[in-house]
Amino acid sequence: MNSRDLILGRVRRALADVPRDDTPPVPEQPGRDLQYEQAVDRSYLREHGARSVAETVDLLAENLADYRAIVHRSTEEELPYVIMRLLAERGPQYVLVPPGLPPEWMSAADPTRVHDRAVSTPRELDKVTSVVTGCAVAIAETGTIVLDGGPDQGRRRITLIPDHHICVVRVPDQVVASVPQALERLDPARPLTWISGPSATSDIELDRVEGVHGPRTLEVVLVSGE
Amino acid sequence: MSGTFVGMPAFPKAAHEAVNNATLRGNLRHATHTIRAKRAKAVGEISDWAELREAGKRIKDHTLRHLDRYLTQLEESVTAAGGVVHWAADAEEANRIVTALVKMTGESEVVKVKSMATQEIGLNEALEAAGIHAYETDLAELIVQLGKDRPSHILVPAIHRNRGEIRDIFVREMGEWGRPAPEGLTDTPAELAEAARLHLREKFLRAKVGISGANFMVAETGTLVVVESEGNGRMCLTLPETLISVVGIEKIVPSWRDLEVFLQTLPRSSTAERMNPYTSMWTGTTDGDGPQTFHLVLLDNGRTDTLADEVGRQALRCIRCSACLNVCPVYERAGGHAYGSVYPGPIGAILSPQLRGTASEIDASLPFASSLCGACYEVCPVAIDIPEVLVHLRERIAQGGRATRDGNTVVLKPAKGHAAERAAMRAARWAFSHPGALGAGQRLASRTRRFHPRTLPGPGRAWSATRELPTVPAESFREWWQRTRGGKDATK
Amino acid sequence: MRVALFLTCVNDTLYPDTGRAVVKLLTRLGVDVDFPMGQTCCGQAHYNTGYRHEAEPLARHFSDVFGEYEAIVTPSGSCGAMVRELYPRMGERARAEGRGDTLARTLAPVVPKTYELTEFLVDVLGVTDVGAYYPHTVTYHPTCHGLRSLGLGDRPRRLLQAVRGLELRELPGADECCGFGGTFAVKNPDVSAAMGADKVRNAESTGAEVLCAADNSCLMHIGGTMGRLRTEMRPVHIAEILASTEAGADAATEAGAESRANASTDAGAEEEPSA
Repeated sequence: MNSRDLILGRVRRALADVPRDDTPPVPEQPGRDLQYEQAVDRSYLREHGARSVAETVDLLAENLADYRAIVHRSTEEELPYVIMRLLAERGPQYVLVPPGLPPEWMSAADPTRVHDRAVSTPRELDKVTSVVTGCAVAIAETGTIVLDGGPDQGRRRITLIPDHHICVVRVPDQVVASVPQALERLDPARPLTWISGPSATSDIELDRVEGVHGPRTLEVVLVSGE
Repeated sequence: MSGTFVGMPAFPKAAHEAVNNATLRGNLRHATHTIRAKRAKAVGEISDWAELREAGKRIKDHTLRHLDRYLTQLEESVTAAGGVVHWAADAEEANRIVTALVKMTGESEVVKVKSMATQEIGLNEALEAAGIHAYETDLAELIVQLGKDRPSHILVPAIHRNRGEIRDIFVREMGEWGRPAPEGLTDTPAELAEAARLHLREKFLRAKVGISGANFMVAETGTLVVVESEGNGRMCLTLPETLISVVGIEKIVPSWRDLEVFLQTLPRSSTAERMNPYTSMWTGTTDGDGPQTFHLVLLDNGRTDTLADEVGRQALRCIRCSACLNVCPVYERAGGHAYGSVYPGPIGAILSPQLRGTASEIDASLPFASSLCGACYEVCPVAIDIPEVLVHLRERIAQGGRATRDGNTVVLKPAKGHAAERAAMRAARWAFSHPGALGAGQRLASRTRRFHPRTLPGPGRAWSATRELPTVPAESFREWWQRTRGGKDATK
Repeated sequence: MRVALFLTCVNDTLYPDTGRAVVKLLTRLGVDVDFPMGQTCCGQAHYNTGYRHEAEPLARHFSDVFGEYEAIVTPSGSCGAMVRELYPRMGERARAEGRGDTLARTLAPVVPKTYELTEFLVDVLGVTDVGAYYPHTVTYHPTCHGLRSLGLGDRPRRLLQAVRGLELRELPGADECCGFGGTFAVKNPDVSAAMGADKVRNAESTGAEVLCAADNSCLMHIGGTMGRLRTEMRPVHIAEILASTEAGADAATEAGAESRANASTDAGAEEEPSA
């Protein structure tokens, strides 16, 4: 017997005492599984507290900062200048940009731009100091930004190897209040990276220290449409 | 489980050493008390904690009740997304599969994300025997690996080490494994983290094979989830060409939506954060992004045996947050090594004897390594009633009974070491079933109270070595009640 | 109301003063208390050590002895939890083992009417001020089964706060286990003793004269540790504090405390025993 059948057989024998649930799936709606739906009481909240849109954005800023992300706010017109300033503060450098980053974001900045190519090795990317990306969604309650590999975010390694990550969040469109709301917006088929502050560790005496392998500086620019 | 722990002494003996080690006691006390307060605050922040905990429990219970169905669904969805699924009935088979997969790549080194499952099966040792070097990349795992030490905590395997000890290990050992520690390294946590960053960077950049576990696997979508802090997980999951994930079969959740519960409860329970710095989710492979070859090894290794136990199966709900370790007064004093397993603390005391069976001295002693104070149950984000399972396993050891080993039902004999206790319990039950006998015993004790010693010989020494014995009163309550009719005949 | 005192085997044998204090207190509050002479032990030590089958006859015996009463009051959080939490579980286990409903049905009647003393006072009698007087500084240790299994919450503290003359001091690390844990105390003596010593140090740091709890087994362990560490504090059961009044309460409580810490006074609470 192969191990697959062996393990599945053991599982079925182990569950011999469990009454087989014969709740049927809903015939008209394939994929709806009543057994599962009835098993879980989802009386927990979809979001914690009632906030206005502006308050939700404020909460995002507050929680990002609480975990040591550096938060900036700007309008769309100001954005290129904010990015220019943030890059300039780190001196002359190489900046990585994903293929679909809106060109106007970088229109004021004048660093040496490096475009990520499929053949770029991790070692080549290691020479780059900063990366500028957009995001898929941001979660206010937890101070999290989520990347889904979209054109303005690029593949996962480009936001990992450089030590400085500038992430642009369009507010309020890309901001949700809570984790449940974020999952609703995300596509599981895409590779996802949830980022809450710069890399950190609690491995020394269970106390949090920022800055290990991922970018040690995370700057989030909340850009509003007006 | 891992060969590292074979031949461990019983818990009380191992704990004896730890209790008398002042440095260890200090390190554990400091770390667990720090995280306890922070966890309470992080949990207190959200008003629906009780509902999230209940939902987490039910999702996991439902999954376990239909585990065969969800396992096959997961296999289908991972395969459809470009992954290759392997099944391993035990540690040996899992190690064999992973070793063969690494050999197929032609590589002789791998980078690893911290994973309880690979520790459990002793994968690093198996790879080493096949000439493959496995580099641990989680900071605490690195400390353990460099220090030729054993893990003592689920989340922070080097919790037993303080910053000074960590500095010394880095200075002494890093050069042997790769880039040496920076000159003049001090013991500030930020500098230690920087030293780890520099040491591991070259390994990440050249790695061709990554090995991980997973916190969750979504049956519906085939998505795997790794929750971490340092970015070493992202490195291992995205830079190598080949990714091999070894995951226990109980890590499944049915649907994508279920993550909304656990991504709220896990970070708050483990590192006491609203959200951990990094969470990676991947579904099979993605063209041009991350590993182009993905293998998932589904691991049984005692889990189906655990599933067969009606009371004990709730241990499989565990999401490895380690909140139970951090609140446990026994763990705080005995330390993780005394549990003789990669799973220490309260959850380890119910998991190890189920995954490994109760035949060894250490496994037979673990269910007794608890005062049943219930703090673990109170903080558990999936409501595992650890005291209930502890007592259930005590029964299996003291009285024997049916259990499942390697898929077969076995009838266990009562453990030998408990014969005297068994006789005493039976005698006490007899006396307590006869109130007259109890009264006679009490009277005898009162009459002879003048001769009672202050310390006891033999097994009684376990009490009287550190505690006074209570004085037997001149009259038991029942004697007084009978004599005075409940005080009604009292003279004053 | 016909109220039975379920004193517990430990209190009956070793801490009769606690029993007398409960009787005195409840009588003062107008409750007619009976002590069914057939009572012995609830079976907790058996059950928690892994001898569930030995505990079953004791549980049935408990049900026989107490089944007829309207309420069962016990000055022990852990024995109260045994009846309330674990008797139903014993019934379920018997059913799961194919032994039918008999045990569950036998035990069911006593489960809802068993109360820990402070619960009975606050929830059933509806009192927090029991008219006690106790001019001492006291710190309160909530024992684990009272705290987490029964959910006694702030009931004991509310009762203590209403005692005249009593000054309540906050116990650091109050909800941490004292390390008794029944047979744990002798199966894992090193860890148990370390927990006990930490509890005593925390209690001492309050500067209180008295450490109070609602469970004499825990107090036996804490008091025994205090005795060995030669601390000045006294362990006292909450019933003895609540029973104290201006009229000579101190003698009673001190005697109770000292028997726990192994001093050698013979003074009973209410009178000298004639035996």
